[in-house]
Amino acid sequence: MDPVALRALVPAVIGVLVRRGADFASAEDAVQEALVRALQVWPEDPPRDPKGWLVTVAWRSFVDAVRSDDARRAREERVEAEPPPGAVSSVDDTLRLYLMCAHPALTPASAVALTLRAVGGLTTRQVAEAYLVPEATMAQRISRAKARLVEVAGDGLGQGQRDLGMVLHTLYLVFNEGYSGSVDLAAEAIRLTRQLAARTDEPEVAGLLALMLLHHARRAARTTAGGRLVPLAEQDRSLWDTAMVAEGVELLQAALAQDRLGEYQVQAAIAALHADALRAEETDWVQILEWYDELVRLTPSPVARLNRVVAVGEADGPAAGLAALAEVPDGVPRRTAVAAYLHARAGETGRGAELYAAAAREARSTAERDHLTREAARLREQLRGSEA
Amino acid sequence: MAKYLLLKHYRGAPAATNDVPMDRWRPEEIDAHITFMDDFADRLRESGEFVDGQALAPEGLWVRYDGEGRPPVTDGPFVETKDLIAGWMIIDVESQERAVELAGELSAAPGADGRPLGEWLEVRPLLTAPEVTAG
Repeated sequence: MDPVALRALVPAVIGVLVRRGADFASAEDAVQEALVRALQVWPEDPPRDPKGWLVTVAWRSFVDAVRSDDARRAREERVEAEPPPGAVSSVDDTLRLYLMCAHPALTPASAVALTLRAVGGLTTRQVAEAYLVPEATMAQRISRAKARLVEVAGDGLGQGQRDLGMVLHTLYLVFNEGYSGSVDLAAEAIRLTRQLAARTDEPEVAGLLALMLLHHARRAARTTAGGRLVPLAEQDRSLWDTAMVAEGVELLQAALAQDRLGEYQVQAAIAALHADALRAEETDWVQILEWYDELVRLTPSPVARLNRVVAVGEADGPAAGLAALAEVPDGVPRRTAVAAYLHARAGETGRGAELYAAAAREARSTAERDHLTREAARLREQLRGSEA
Repeated sequence: MAKYLLLKHYRGAPAATNDVPMDRWRPEEIDAHITFMDDFADRLRESGEFVDGQALAPEGLWVRYDGEGRPPVTDGPFVETKDLIAGWMIIDVESQERAVELAGELSAAPGADGRPLGEWLEVRPLLTAPEVTAG
């Protein structure tokens, strides 16, 4: 059985254990144990009914854990603290799992880790590798997150906008982590968002899925073989995945038709307009700017305002861009890089080079730092050429 | 085997033989440098000598305890004259000679005009647990 299909079973198996009366934290632990066991045993001895196998092994592991003397009292207390099974039965088990793993009481890092394990069916080791931390650290982060959920169990868990918003934010964070270690987190985020979108017709869920697909479609063009970043304007657009773009656009159109706009739909609309341009020069910056105006109305995020500045620079020229930049506070990540770009576009090559060098010092990733340093070097080379 | 830390400095080390800031190199010289660094780490992974490598942002601050119930005191950003670490690589090698040999290779990374950087790298042995037979 392929590992993704195996992982797709995990939320349902946790659901079965919870319905049989296990508390979430113990059920999740037991399923994790069954999963690790499946990864060891199945390659040699594949089961006929994978889900039934997981349920049996996980349930046995849960019962063993409950029986264990050391753990009994703690677990009994936990069971008492849990809401009775069936209390929220109107909500689909898997959807409920998403909401629980991204509970507002959890920190974003905990919500990410718990979502990847309980909803995504990744092992603790895989999550740890993806986030470049020791396995013991990740195990502890997950168990503390579950303990926190037990503490807040009485607060209830709705299907409210805010709770779903936390789920979407968590999936967005996973997507942005990209690819590191042994797990393709961007692809995993897409899988989990797709699974969520099948369970709700909330347009922001479709909007987030569209946004992910439209960005993921550019993946092959985004870096060179050597890992060097290629800016959007310089990407070889023939490398974009047109089928993925088409799916993203279709999802977005259906979401927009519901007429309940949100920030993910708007960001997807911007990505779709970029995808629409066969060459960078054909980009419809005027329409992109209109969407950015919408985005800035929807979210107070200074990052959205900074990205809008780039669109102003393209739609109305670098001078207008620089005027708009003055409204964005210092200290917003990448502000210096945007300033460098606009000054360079305005023909102030020396100033652009200085700012790119400064932006490289502020960069938070090596790929970005190297890109900005290269831009500074490119402008300085131009300067030397024009002096000679 | 013994572990060594190879430390690279933004500032504070003696001047490199080819001492030109990176943003004043030609773009293709930057690419050549990055390729060299990536290949170097890959080669050590191949040989079973690589442990870890990280780059650090140049910004940071000093922090110290300031008494019960008070927030820590901070001081920063760093002043221009301060010694500043740019990154490190930890290697696990047979001997100090091998550590020095590898640091020498790393210091030869290409820089401006494609010539070796010749930057000074700090080579520091990591302290280990005592050997069982030492007691």
